[in-house]
Amino acid sequence: MTASRAWALGLWLIGIAVAAFIVARARYITDLSAFLPAHPTPTQQLLVDQLRDGPASRLILIAIEGGQSAARAQISASLAQRLRQDGQFVSINNGETVAEQADREFLFKHRYLLSESVDAARFSASGLRDAISETIDNLASPAGLLFKSLLPRDPTGELLNIVDQLQRAPGPVTRDGVWVSADGSRALAVAQTAASGSDSDAQARAVDAIRAAFAAAAHARDEQNGAVRLKLSGPGVFAVQARVKIERAAVRLSIVSGILVVALLLIVYRSATALGLGLLPVATGAVVGIAAVALGFGAVHGITLGFGITLIGESVDYSIYFFIQSQRRADDATSLEWRERWWPTIRLGMLTSVCGFASLLPSGFPGLQQLGMYSISGLIAAALVTRFVLPALLPADFAIRDVAPLGRTLARGLEPLRRLGAKKVAGVAVGLALACVWVLVRAHASLWNHELSALSPISLEDQNYDAKLRADLGAADVRDIVIVSGSSLESVLRGAEAAAGPLQGLVEKKIIGSFDSPANYLPSISTQESRRGSLPGSAELRANLIQATQGLPVQSESLQPFLEDAEATRHAALITARDLEGTSLGTGFDALIMHQRERWNALLPLRSVTAGGNIDLAQVAAALREGSLPQARVLDLKQESDSLYASYLTEAIHFSLAGFLALTVLLLLALRSAFRVTRVLAPLVLAVLTVAALLIAAGVQLTILHLVGMLLIVAIGSNYALFFDRQGHASNPDGQPLTLASLVIANASTVIGFGLLSFSQVPVLVALGCTVAPGAFLALIFAAALSASDA
Amino acid sequence: MMLRIVVLCACSITACISASAATQEAGTLDDVLSGLALRKHGHAEFIEQKFIAALNRPIESSGELLFDAPDHLEQRTLKPRAETLVLDNGTLTVDRGRTHRVMEMQAFPQVEPLVESIRATLAGDRAALNHLFHIEFTGGMARWTLTLVPLESKVKQLVSQVKIDGVRDQLIKVEIRQTDGDRSLMTLRPSPTP
Repeated sequence: MTASRAWALGLWLIGIAVAAFIVARARYITDLSAFLPAHPTPTQQLLVDQLRDGPASRLILIAIEGGQSAARAQISASLAQRLRQDGQFVSINNGETVAEQADREFLFKHRYLLSESVDAARFSASGLRDAISETIDNLASPAGLLFKSLLPRDPTGELLNIVDQLQRAPGPVTRDGVWVSADGSRALAVAQTAASGSDSDAQARAVDAIRAAFAAAAHARDEQNGAVRLKLSGPGVFAVQARVKIERAAVRLSIVSGILVVALLLIVYRSATALGLGLLPVATGAVVGIAAVALGFGAVHGITLGFGITLIGESVDYSIYFFIQSQRRADDATSLEWRERWWPTIRLGMLTSVCGFASLLPSGFPGLQQLGMYSISGLIAAALVTRFVLPALLPADFAIRDVAPLGRTLARGLEPLRRLGAKKVAGVAVGLALACVWVLVRAHASLWNHELSALSPISLEDQNYDAKLRADLGAADVRDIVIVSGSSLESVLRGAEAAAGPLQGLVEKKIIGSFDSPANYLPSISTQESRRGSLPGSAELRANLIQATQGLPVQSESLQPFLEDAEATRHAALITARDLEGTSLGTGFDALIMHQRERWNALLPLRSVTAGGNIDLAQVAAALREGSLPQARVLDLKQESDSLYASYLTEAIHFSLAGFLALTVLLLLALRSAFRVTRVLAPLVLAVLTVAALLIAAGVQLTILHLVGMLLIVAIGSNYALFFDRQGHASNPDGQPLTLASLVIANASTVIGFGLLSFSQVPVLVALGCTVAPGAFLALIFAAALSASDA
Repeated sequence: MMLRIVVLCACSITACISASAATQEAGTLDDVLSGLALRKHGHAEFIEQKFIAALNRPIESSGELLFDAPDHLEQRTLKPRAETLVLDNGTLTVDRGRTHRVMEMQAFPQVEPLVESIRATLAGDRAALNHLFHIEFTGGMARWTLTLVPLESKVKQLVSQVKIDGVRDQLIKVEIRQTDGDRSLMTLRPSPTP
């Protein structure tokens, strides 16, 4: 072994060790931040906050189906009771009226600070008279006997006002004491997790806890026969499902395609050594890729791990080219010859791929940036290993099967094309390209899918089920939110109070059904102060009360407790967020207030007039504008996330085109011939056009993953085209059958790997698979056809 | 937000009915109840007075009552404020001004017996009555009194007894006595319209 080989091996081993160390120490994140912008605009920031931590992200919808209605109700109650003991959940709501002693005490104690009816006029003689008369009328109502005990302390009926204030939102239908769907076939509940919706580990634990509690509840009722079933839905549940689904599909498909590729290589090489060595470049590339991402970004996204290896699958080809084209023997002469004849071509192919993947780097989205970084560093590492390490490792007796006969057979297959002549082949190619362009132009309006849900691994059926549960629950559906932003809690609470006016107007105009506000639970300090200030001193209040009760069936003396409570409130402290702790109001409040660093957001969820109906957000925005509330804005979660995705799709398309331009420049510099560059690029462009046209013709709308797939077609196909180009200009045509054989074998492994992806249930994997597998195959065919014809 | 705040809503619903008459003069509890059970519809006007210690005169409300056997009971209060209360198959709906509330009777164990006392009596449902009350029957078919004492201790804290007076298959008076001495008295008059 020569000194330079020893150096190569030593450096490689050190590099692997360092990379492995970094990989082992790296931080891995599995939340959805990979798909959220790294430098969001303020509106995007709101969206990101919502998707990560918003109340909507922390809801788990629970449905209990099957069996008897009474059984479902009992299981719902028992399930809720078990989960309420569990600190993972902030609240469990199933419609049961849990005795909320703490709530009632809190509301009663602070009634004069919480009631919207409290103002200065309320405690004048005439204001008191009106309020007390109304209370007496209330006593006459069928429910009156239950409220009468409140009269001495709360003659103006503030407690009932507050209860009405808080109950403006209609709840779901109740049967047997628990919430049920409109048709009564399901018992419903909503769990709110303490952890944010983007913490998929915590969401997975919460889902497990619910399943366990259900199993225990069903078991306690002897429902082992499985008639009663549990179904869960919601963002966190979906995130968990998606992760499991992608992990499962990625693992299963990697194993199957790994076995197939290994089998293929074993058949070709007939050598276990060759197989082992052949996998070194890709393995090195994977480790280096992850290490580079960890160094560059601080943390590695799960998606990078999942997809990275498919993106550098091209590096398996490097060793195939090396073994076959170096004519399969480990003698220094052939190795040297390979290095001179073929390495420059592989290097150029690798660099064109790097150009393609570099277009992912400037993306505003960490997930794509990381995939770009991973592919670039992985491919460079794999190419270097192929160039410097593999030759050093080849044992003296290394030999693989002679694939020249295969190559010659393939070459004969190209004969008809050769006879056809360059002009005719070019004519057919141009015709095909025009046909594809025609298909694409015709569909240009609906070419790209701009909805984020296109990437969702959640099946349409599950999405519909989720929508059904949300419609039934009504109250829990918080798709549309008015957000009031500010620099302090007080400022956003004041903003929320100011927004309540215009929003109440919309309720009356039946544009929205109802809305909630954190100020319902905790009024701003200024509002509390003005309410407290509207309570007169005890002498004045007494005088007003005596005047007010004249002629009413109540004597002012019996209302002494009211005077005492009013006086106590005048000297009592205002309510703070801390006072809400331990009440269900605290839960409501926490869900509607978000605090991050210097920013405070108050959320006012809007509900539609009819369950599942749409809200005309333009009218909401107009009402807020008329109320001159610049700090309040409407956020349509679905629309915002779609526009976010659309913006990064557009960005990715632009960057990909830029990457293609860079690749062209690179080829021009390397090949120094516009004709050769055209002939290298023509089969790639044709392959991409054909695949896109086929997908469109098959009714598929293109997503960002299809775009990444097209980048891969160019990256992989460029190797094929360059080898054919090199072949055409080689002085010695003996190598042609071997080149052809190596390309076909490399292509077969690519088509197997990606072809399998298209059989998965996960849309993102399917998109990649059904783009790259046919694309790589077509790229080879086109490259072969174009090169054969002009030879 | 889904608050679990409960507005305790006790309801004193009653009904009075005029329809086919049961004939046995002697009359036991079972006779009265089976007579009531024969009626499928009822419609009456009511006047209710509430005697509340904190108020120095009784307060009055009035309106009409409707009953469809076995479990639809409707109390439409017209004065002093319009309010409609509908009990249908265990679900109670309250409409008052702009507020609309739906609640499940079973979820309010303190309230259920108040409504059930009247509904079960109208339906002639002895099993339901036995389930919730100790029953005392006096009088005969021509004039009878049912005194219902709640069995449940939570209910007892609120209501000491419900007394229902009737003539044959008509309810004429429902008195609810509260534990603190306050009471309500509802008198019923068969409605001229069917």
